[in-house]
Amino acid sequence: MNQGQSVFPGDVIATGDYRPEQNVVLDGDRLISTAIGFSEIKDDIVSVIPLTGFYHPSIDDLVIGKIISHNALSWEAYINSYYPGILLASDIFGKDYSASRDDLSLKLNIGDIVLARVANMGSRDPLLTIVGENLGRIDSGELVKISSTTIPYLTDSIIQTIEASTNATLTVGQNGLIVLKCDNSTGLTKATKAIKMIDMMRDNDSIEEKIKKFLDEEN
Amino acid sequence: MGGREANVVLLDENGIRSDGRKVNETRKVTIKAGVLKNANGSAYIEFGGNKILAGVFGPRDVHPKHMSNPDTGILRVRYHMEPFSVGERKKPAPSRREIEISKVIKEALEPAVMLENFPRTAVDVFLEVLQADGGTRCAALDAASVALADAGIPMRDIVCACAAGKAGDALILDVNNEEDQAGQADMPIGYMPNLGKITLLQLDGVLTPDEYKKCIELGLEGCKQVYEIQKNALREKYFSSSDNN
Repeated sequence: MNQGQSVFPGDVIATGDYRPEQNVVLDGDRLISTAIGFSEIKDDIVSVIPLTGFYHPSIDDLVIGKIISHNALSWEAYINSYYPGILLASDIFGKDYSASRDDLSLKLNIGDIVLARVANMGSRDPLLTIVGENLGRIDSGELVKISSTTIPYLTDSIIQTIEASTNATLTVGQNGLIVLKCDNSTGLTKATKAIKMIDMMRDNDSIEEKIKKFLDEEN
Repeated sequence: MGGREANVVLLDENGIRSDGRKVNETRKVTIKAGVLKNANGSAYIEFGGNKILAGVFGPRDVHPKHMSNPDTGILRVRYHMEPFSVGERKKPAPSRREIEISKVIKEALEPAVMLENFPRTAVDVFLEVLQADGGTRCAALDAASVALADAGIPMRDIVCACAAGKAGDALILDVNNEEDQAGQADMPIGYMPNLGKITLLQLDGVLTPDEYKKCIELGLEGCKQVYEIQKNALREKYFSSSDNN
């Protein structure tokens, strides 16, 4: 099987002295895909870029989270993954945080959107942090959800094309959640449609052309 | 099973079955992936007269919590026949048969699904039989496997399934309802074609050791045919505009 080919779970991508990585397992000397996607062989590393599935958190990923609950010590955020992201209260209040003195709801409420970084991946839920440049609560904007597997196709160039054409500002999380900010509703609708179009498209060679054409037609 | 309806002609002198098929021919199978918007993965299968819808949710939180396993995810399967799926109204409550089929489908899928990647979570598979025509467990397993792949759950292989059996003293592929009722044996088989492993094997009826071996071989041929249809359904959804194959 050649590089960049469409693969399904169980397909043998390569045989021999290779190292399995993302979405690939070893069965004897056969490297088997575990997902639907495109195979990739770089040096001795075999991986599959998936076309479907949940977001798998990795350390240092920039993610957008929606606060879904909190307890005395932390907030829980929906991050489009199979585990919720945990944002510790001490991350915001500092080391001297006291559950009896400080009120979590003063800082973040249920429904708030945050731009966060994955700080740690333990055996439990992924730990988020909002300490860092540009991180923290996003005060306004529309939250759009797409498949996290589409994010690699949402290149800087495509983002700039959408922003230029719609006057919208896109904040893209690697987890497939995007916040759109736009002063006019037409631009917001157009930008949302463009992003949804990218999510539907599997033809990765001409995504940018198609988006440009769509935005020109809408203008 | 076992020739309960002796007057039914299941196989004529030319080796043609009651529904016009040859002994080694499956019924028409069509599968469509991604038919449900609200499920993480879904599939619809028509396997002869069987019509089955599969929906997959998860990995997600386990409720009740005590069912969760800190070392691995769990797979839960619910096979359910709609009251209108058979000639006489079926009571909607889970029957012994439905509980058994849910269990065997779960056990047939478990070797393929990499649940160890998702500790403390559950993957739920819902299988709704809209119309039954014999061989629903195999058809449901086929649909479940496509729906799991559609949901992006990591899998070692796609599980395909097809039954083989014996009717009119001949070994037959893909046993239909009539052959199931009046035939001599029914053997549903679940198979992971790339790994070459059988994940489901049941036998209702009597076969000689030689017939048993041949029946498995015949069933595996059917499984491989269904496997291609499963892949085509996924190809249709994910690569229809840019197929590199």
